Amino acid sequence: MATIELRNIEKRFGETYAVKPFSLTIQHGEFVALLGPSGCGKTTTLRMISGLETVSGGTIHLDGANITWQKPGYRNMAFVFQFYALYPHISVRENIAFPLKAEGMAKSDVYKRVDEVVSILRIENLLNMRPGKLSGGDKQRVALARALVRKPAAFLMDEPLGALDAEYRESMRAEIKRLHLSTNATTVYVTHDQVEAMAMADRIVVMSAAEVQQVGTPADVYHAPANLFVARFIGSPGMNLLAGPRRGEKVELPGTGNIYTIPAPQREVLQAATPEGKNVIVGFRPEAAMLNEQGALTGEVYATDMLGAYKLLHVSFDSDTVVHIRCDRMVSHPIGARVRFDLDPQQVRFFDATTEKAIGPTQSAGTAPISVQAANAQEKAA
Amino acid sequence: MANFYETGPAKPVTESVRVDKVTPGARARHNIRAAAVILFAIIGLIPIFIMVVTAFKTRADVVAVPPKVLFQPTLEGFVFLLTERVVLPPAALAEKKQSLEQLDWMERVAMASGQTITGPSDYVRRLWNSVIIAGISTLISVFLGLLAAYAFSRFPIAGKDDLLFFILSTRMLPAVVVTIPLFLMYRQFGLHDTHLGMILLYTAFNLSLAVWLLKGFIDEIPKEYEEAALVDGYSRMQAFRKIVIPQAATGIAATTVFSVIFAWNEYAFALMLTSEEARTAPPSIATMLGRGGIEWSAIAAGSLGFLIPVVIVTFILRKYLLRGVTFGAIRQ
Repeated sequence: MATIELRNIEKRFGETYAVKPFSLTIQHGEFVALLGPSGCGKTTTLRMISGLETVSGGTIHLDGANITWQKPGYRNMAFVFQFYALYPHISVRENIAFPLKAEGMAKSDVYKRVDEVVSILRIENLLNMRPGKLSGGDKQRVALARALVRKPAAFLMDEPLGALDAEYRESMRAEIKRLHLSTNATTVYVTHDQVEAMAMADRIVVMSAAEVQQVGTPADVYHAPANLFVARFIGSPGMNLLAGPRRGEKVELPGTGNIYTIPAPQREVLQAATPEGKNVIVGFRPEAAMLNEQGALTGEVYATDMLGAYKLLHVSFDSDTVVHIRCDRMVSHPIGARVRFDLDPQQVRFFDATTEKAIGPTQSAGTAPISVQAANAQEKAA
Repeated sequence: MANFYETGPAKPVTESVRVDKVTPGARARHNIRAAAVILFAIIGLIPIFIMVVTAFKTRADVVAVPPKVLFQPTLEGFVFLLTERVVLPPAALAEKKQSLEQLDWMERVAMASGQTITGPSDYVRRLWNSVIIAGISTLISVFLGLLAAYAFSRFPIAGKDDLLFFILSTRMLPAVVVTIPLFLMYRQFGLHDTHLGMILLYTAFNLSLAVWLLKGFIDEIPKEYEEAALVDGYSRMQAFRKIVIPQAATGIAATTVFSVIFAWNEYAFALMLTSEEARTAPPSIATMLGRGGIEWSAIAAGSLGFLIPVVIVTFILRKYLLRGVTFGAIRQ
């Protein structure tokens, strides 16, 4: 069991906040990703959980026990570093055995355990090599083995795939995920790559400028971002965001004749949230736009990206406003051509132009938050 | 010659090199530079060559003009170095010649120049003093330097930059400036002409170098290594011993060699602060100049013996040194 509870933890350097106070409960067996651009405080948060960094305020609890001021070694957590931190002067076997030797375990037991872990990760053939001779992927496998060997209550991973080639990254992603499922250990995973976070995490904590922006499932942060930062940061490209004054149930978007009618279910909320004539921001994902001869919105094709499975159209509304639209790869649109499209009313989000916060719910419709404990129970039963 | 830019080099290029480095002009310049380096090395080695050769020459050969390149090698220099002798009157000499067979080889060598051995010289003792003083002071300064360098590298220390500068500043005064006050101090404290005094002095001098050198090496070791060990349940000191020290091996080797060389070669302090008990080799070799005419071959033999320990230390540590002296070469 390992439930990690962060209560109002914060980190200040003098008067500058590295992490502004926030609370979060990470359930046993949950895979939580801390996601954000570099310098947003995600690594600092992870290091505070591990004890490699002290908190400036707040407390950290592991299964109810206050571990805020415990030494890193007593927290029973394993840390996986971005640059592996494998000790170059000893063999892979000794590297993996290293944490066990701290516990003063008998030699024969140590190597038995090493062999177990090694077979899980299928790195038997590397045991006698020095870390310097390994490829990036193998180094990270060894680092994972070293983390795994102690059977820790929680894994803390700091961009473990950040230093890998794209080729290894995807296979390692799957490997870490499988490892998580088989060990069922609580995992906190720091990354700046939103694809990684989306693919692996049960819940994502989006951070920016030392502040937590949103905590939610991958579906939540993708479909119902809590603010403009999350909307822009998640997805590649990010959400299309268009500002325009609201008049009645219509929003005047940039470009000529681009009048967007607010879908019926959202009218009331929106009318209550924004005064008549003031700006509101309309957000939609590239795939929420459907090309349609009779579409309400129109723009000029500015560029097209052929991405294999689909095509991404850059459509300019005016000189400052370009939106991205996903369309069929077979459709051909010359640059400069005028296209019309509609938006899927289910997938349109609205944001307050001044606070930049979402208007309406920030949980994605139709995907009730996954109860991790329930999922765990199912797994155990299976 | 055919136009190089059309035909290319005569042989395929099988090493990694920029295109403009294989033109005939570049190759020629490269050879000239290489020749200059070799020439410089030869010029640099001439004194050592002369020293070695002189050590094996007889007194007459040493001063011969022009210098003799081919000569009958003799161990006279070494015998003179290691022994005290007196000149025998001609009668005694003739008498001794009768019993030539019973004499050992050293006596025979001494007799060739009309002398007889009265006892061993103090050269070996001086050399031994040097070994003890240089060895112990190096061990202490590398050990303390390692701890200090680690602390400076890893922990936030109040006034770190000032402290580091202060440590470095202990090396800024030339030895001759501080010898007089040190001489007076040492006399007061009873450290004059003691091993302890010299060890303390060389440790103090080498420590600044050790701290600075080792800090550079430890800075290069990613702190994640220790953090990984800390998370895995090791204490800071255990992490230091098991992770940092093995990885700083090149730095430790380099620092050791520098410290040994300084303590071994140091002359000014040793001359002023020692006289008999703790006198090291450098001043004692120099004083041989004055005794009973200049024994060039003995001096050369003494210098040769003096060189050997440094060569051995450097040789043992050479594999670390090669990487160690090119700072920053231990990046992962």
